[in-house]
Amino acid sequence: MRINSFFYTLRQGVRNLFRNKWFTLASIATISSCLFLFGLFYAIVTNFQNIVHRAQEGVAVYVFFDEGLEDSRIQEIGDMILRRTEVSDVHFVSAEDAWESFKTDYLGDYADGFTENPLQNSANYEVYLNDVSMQSALVTYLESVDGVRMVNRSEIVATTLTGVNALIAYVSVGIIAILFAVSVFLISNTVMIGISVRKEEINIMKYIGATDFFVRSPFVIEGMMIGLIGAAIPLGIIYGVYNMVMEYVTARFSMLSSLLKFLTVEEVFHILTPVSLGIGVGIGFLGSIVTVRKHLRV
Amino acid sequence: MAERRKRRSAVPEKEIITLTKVSKAYSTGAPALKDVNLHINRGEFVFIVGDSGSGKSTLIKLLLRELTITSGYINVMGYDLSKIRHRKIPKFRRNLGVVFQDFRLLKDRNVYENVAFAQRIIQKSNKEIKKNVPSILAIVGLAGKYKAKPRQLSGGEQQRVALARALVNKPTVLLADEPTGNLDPKNSWEIMKLLEQINESGTTVIVVTHNREIVNAMQKRVITLKKGVIISDEEKGGYIDED
Ligand SMILES: Nc1ncnc2c1ncn2[C@@H]1O[C@H](COP(=O)(O)OP(=O)(O)OP(=O)(O)O)[C@@H](O)[C@H]1O
Ligand SMILES: [Mg+2]
Repeated sequence: MRINSFFYTLRQGVRNLFRNKWFTLASIATISSCLFLFGLFYAIVTNFQNIVHRAQEGVAVYVFFDEGLEDSRIQEIGDMILRRTEVSDVHFVSAEDAWESFKTDYLGDYADGFTENPLQNSANYEVYLNDVSMQSALVTYLESVDGVRMVNRSEIVATTLTGVNALIAYVSVGIIAILFAVSVFLISNTVMIGISVRKEEINIMKYIGATDFFVRSPFVIEGMMIGLIGAAIPLGIIYGVYNMVMEYVTARFSMLSSLLKFLTVEEVFHILTPVSLGIGVGIGFLGSIVTVRKHLRV
Repeated sequence: MAERRKRRSAVPEKEIITLTKVSKAYSTGAPALKDVNLHINRGEFVFIVGDSGSGKSTLIKLLLRELTITSGYINVMGYDLSKIRHRKIPKFRRNLGVVFQDFRLLKDRNVYENVAFAQRIIQKSNKEIKKNVPSILAIVGLAGKYKAKPRQLSGGEQQRVALARALVNKPTVLLADEPTGNLDPKNSWEIMKLLEQINESGTTVIVVTHNREIVNAMQKRVITLKKGVIISDEEKGGYIDED
């Protein structure tokens, strides 16, 4: 395609946008609201997942040893655990460490009465996982290891977190699918109205010898622009809203901030921007190409 | 390449339009054209006349490949129109110019853009457009009105714009379906004179008309249709009165 033909086509596409203003606005508004919901949802979900992820990292499995197990075997077990792929970190907590932290956490000054460590047998490994869903498998494995007396875990946390993660994934896929369908339908309608409004012009183009591609391109460009604008607007709004909410939350609930680490606006938009724009333009392209293929045969 | 050679051998070079036993039936009613045989040579000027409903517009639409024939053989400019591939149709139509009774201009664009439109569609460069459009507007006598919108023009002027648009891509064949149907006698004559002038510069011109006076005066080949059948085909013919 010649460069001036390309610009001509582009201009026609933009012209189409303005020619049926109300339908254009309606489709932009709908795509905007859909992608706004998507963006909002994404911002919340990524933050939530971030928190869940941190929580996962905090869920440890505690491995206790047989009484009087020699240090070399304990060392061996530690190395073995660390070699497993689902394990992110292993800490050795000696009996003395355990007693110290117990004293500071629960006994305070009353601890002076003890002359011997009452937690003789409490040396253990704190094992952290990459993925909580692997916890059961790891525990089964650890229980079979020679020299391991007991494995403690918090099963409820693990299953809840895994469940929440799966739920988030399903809901996201569901919402995105519905959103996608509604938007494609809307763009398709807008383009169809554009085609019927310009029926006469299209007919003239056919007589003169326009190719299918030439006749169709402006409508596809129209659809893609609607998608692009429809994606850009909610991105702008969400950017502003997100910043405001973060400011409010950090100002009002400062004590929460150590517990719940929220993502920065940059961290969220780093992915949200290309994904939203991609979905917007993709929906626009799909909605218009389908319509144009069906209704515009030279 | 082979295809081209075959086309050439099928139709003599001189003959630009060939119809052999062509029939066209719409889904409803009697056939609009029946067993039509027609040969038109390069550079001819042909009037097609006949009563309303005799099949004139149907014939034009077949020549444009807007419609396909029901049976027979039709060849226009070397293209076998019952076999032409869909993606070849644009290329075929680029060698045809068409004008209609109702002008069919783009109402939201000025005269210049209406004519330039035809060149943009065949993807001419801006440089060529800037050269070709004013020169064709000068030929149809509208050089001074290139900025006007269609609604600011008289019927005769609008038809000149349509003619300029049909001619700017230098077609081999010009098809006109009642180009003077909406015009007064003076404008009708001017348009016909333009068509004659275009024909003299080498373009094959086929004009459907009801204008008895002009047909009789111009002394061109006249093909008369009646109920879908060619009832007369005369060199330097006249308008046949049935009633
Ligand atoms: N799209 C169509 N569907 C069905 N029948 C049609 C269609 N178009 C034309 N016809 C019929 O075909 C016949 C020829 O029509 P056509 O338009 O070719 O006539 P015409 O000679 O151009 O008439 P006019 O001088 O009024 O323009 C008529 O009987 C008409 O009713
Ligand atoms: Mg007619």
